[in-house]
Parts: sequence; structure tokens; C-alpha cells
Amino acid sequence: MTGHPVTRALADAGVVLAKDLRLEWRTRTALTQVGPFVLAVLVLFGFALDADRPTLERATSGLFWVIVLFAAMLLIGRSSTIERDPGVSDALRLSGLSPAGIFLGKVAALACQLLVVEIVVGLGAVVLYNITFVGWSVILVTSLAATVAISAVGALYGPIAGGARTREALLAVLVLPTLAPVLLGVTRAWEIAAGRGVGDAWAWAAMLGVSATIYLAVGTAVWGPLLSEL
Amino acid sequence: MPVDPVVELRGAVCVTGGFPTLAGVDLAVTAGEVCFVSGDNGAGKTSLLRLLAGLTPLASGAGTVLGVDLSTDRRTLRPMVGLLGHGTGMYDELSVLENLRFFASASRLPLDGLDAALDLVALPARVRVLPMVSLSAGQRRRAALAGLVLRRPRLWLLDEPHTGIDGSGRLLVDRLITGAAAAGATVVFASHETERAAAIATRQVEMAGGTVSGPQ
Repeated sequence: MTGHPVTRALADAGVVLAKDLRLEWRTRTALTQVGPFVLAVLVLFGFALDADRPTLERATSGLFWVIVLFAAMLLIGRSSTIERDPGVSDALRLSGLSPAGIFLGKVAALACQLLVVEIVVGLGAVVLYNITFVGWSVILVTSLAATVAISAVGALYGPIAGGARTREALLAVLVLPTLAPVLLGVTRAWEIAAGRGVGDAWAWAAMLGVSATIYLAVGTAVWGPLLSEL
Repeated sequence: MPVDPVVELRGAVCVTGGFPTLAGVDLAVTAGEVCFVSGDNGAGKTSLLRLLAGLTPLASGAGTVLGVDLSTDRRTLRPMVGLLGHGTGMYDELSVLENLRFFASASRLPLDGLDAALDLVALPARVRVLPMVSLSAGQRRRAALAGLVLRRPRLWLLDEPHTGIDGSGRLLVDRLITGAAAAGATVVFASHETERAAAIATRQVEMAGGTVSGPQ
């Protein structure tokens, strides 16, 4: 093993990212499972709240991120099953990829897929709800931070829950409480940016950035021992 | 002059799910040996190979593989060994070439050796671009062997390598094993095909009940 650990981890992350995205492209799991789910929820919420336009507008940021979170659960579940085959798991452990690199690659792959989901949900909200997004700088920064945070938590908890018989329920129990602050922060920031809340949107953005950094750091640190035990 | 063993286990115990899969193994394998591990189902052959690959921890006892202490640093050992398990160790949705490219990149191996490795295992070109899930059991086995050849490990660990392949495939496995040893690698393999395995091995050990009997 040569090279600086950080350089090596980033290179390894690139290898894992490319592999996970290639697998997703080959299987179209996000497209066939997550896509219909997202569109169905968007339409259902539209039917449920359409008569009350002011409520729909006020609830859009919360609805957006709840849909993204539930879609993330599906993607996290899929990501954690990629290496569930014992032979594949062994091959990955024998490959020499750094644990930090594997973790960061998984995070990056999840984040890429989540960004696509967010674009679809955003377009859906614009088309179905006639919503206009305002405060684009806040939206972009907070979305990125929230996406990284969700992906880091998912990449860490996914394999833990993956070994359990009740993995879908366990995943929700592990992930959702951990991401509650992220959900709170990003929805508050969006509401403030849209003029529907009070406070400093950038303070919420900073909180999201710190959360994402902490989740990334913790995941990078514990992934090695976790991989050895899985 | 005594030769340092590539594998040295003293009283090695491994526990899986509360059950001792290895119950005090003493074994030494020197460089260049082709060590055939025989034994009934459940004797601990797979557990031994996984221990030597650094995939399972030592519960007690001592062991070094390729100079690496199994008690303290299994992760360093892993890139130095090649393990052919019961499965292919490859992603079903990716093609043979995509799998080999991924694992070669992961192991920082040059990618220009892929075709040579696949030629060595006689995997036809039209098959190399198909997803692993589309391949026959024998083709999947050959793909896995190509991955092992590409890796050029110092220690080859093969778990029933003759299983699931045809006659020409079995001859290929024999050639790969003897070729690896001739090139300076050490081979430890488990097999139920006693006569075939004994013909290519330089040494045989018998496992039963998680321990090694016979020459250690």
C-alpha cells in the first residue's frame, strides 16, 4: 500500500463510486422502485391538500424532504444489499480497498442517486403543485449538506441493519431518529428562504454542514472495524 | 538452512456463532508447497482457509501468515492472498470484464493483464462481456479463477476448486495450481477429490473436528 492515506481513500472512493453507479445503471433499481414511489406520493399529497393551496405551499418544504427521506430508505436498503453475498463481501475485504475509501464511495454513490431523486421531486412539486422555489443559494447549499448527511448515515447504518431479519424496520429505527435534526434544519432553512419563517437560513445551513461533517467523520472512523465484523 | 514457514499456526482456535470451527490447529506450510487439506464436511477446511486469508479472527492461539500476525493485523494480510471460495466473489449484474476491472483497480493492479488472465482460463471473448448471472456454473468458476490469476497472490487459498467445472476445467485448475507453485507461490487447497488432489499436492493434511491430524 503506497500513497498518502487521504489520497488513497479518495482514489478508492472513486473506484467504489463508479462500481455502485454502474450497478445501479445496470439494474435500474432507483428508476423502477424509487421513481414510481416518489411520483405516487407527490400525486397523493397533491390530492390530499390541493383544496387548500396555502397549506400546500406552506407544507412543500416538509413534504419534499419527507419524500426524499423515504426514497433514501429504499436506496440505502439497496446499497447495503450489493455486497450481501458472502463471496462478494469477502472479495471486497480482500481487495485492499481502504475502509475509509469504501465508506466514502458508498456515500458518494448514495448522494448521486439522492440528488437525482431530489431533482425529480422538485420538478414534480413545480409541475403538480405549481410551486415556485425561492432563495436558490440557500436551497442549493442546504440540499447538498442534507444529502451528504443522509447518505453518510445511510452508508453507515445500512450494513448494520442489513444483517438483521427485520432489516427494513431496523433501518428505519436507526436512520430516521438520527436524521430528524437534518430534516428540521433543511425545512426550516427553506421556509426562511421563502419568506415563511423567521431566523437566519444560513445558520441552519451551517448546522447542516456541521452535521454532515460529523456523520462523515464518524462513518469514516468506524467503517473499518465495522467491515471486519460484518 | 531452515525455511521460514509461509503459514504457521499454533493452537489456532476460531469461533463462529459460539461454535469452535477450528479447535486448536497446529500447521506449518513452507514457501512453494502445495498443501492439500482433506476432510469430511464440517471438518473445518473452509474455516481454515478463511483464517489464513485473514477474514476470521483468532479466538485463541497464535498464527502468522506471510509474516503477518493474525492476532493483530489481519487487514494487512488480505491483499497478499488470493481466495477462491464456493462463490465467485463477483457482482452478478456486472460482466466478467467489469468485475475484473473493478477488482484490479481496487487492488491497484495494471489493467493490461485482464485479457491474458481470461485467455489463460480459456473463457471465450463473447462470454467476457456478459453479466455474471448469465454464465454457466463452469464459466463463472473460470471467471473467478481469472480473478485469482490476475491477482498473482503469494498465497493461494482454494476451497474445492474442482467443483462445478468440466474435465478441461479441472485440468486447468491443476495446471494453475502447479504453475503458481512453480512461480514461487504457496498453495493451500481443500478438496473432496482425493486422488486428483493428491496427485498435484506436495503434501496432504487431514482435518477432523476442527483440528489437523497427520503431518503438521
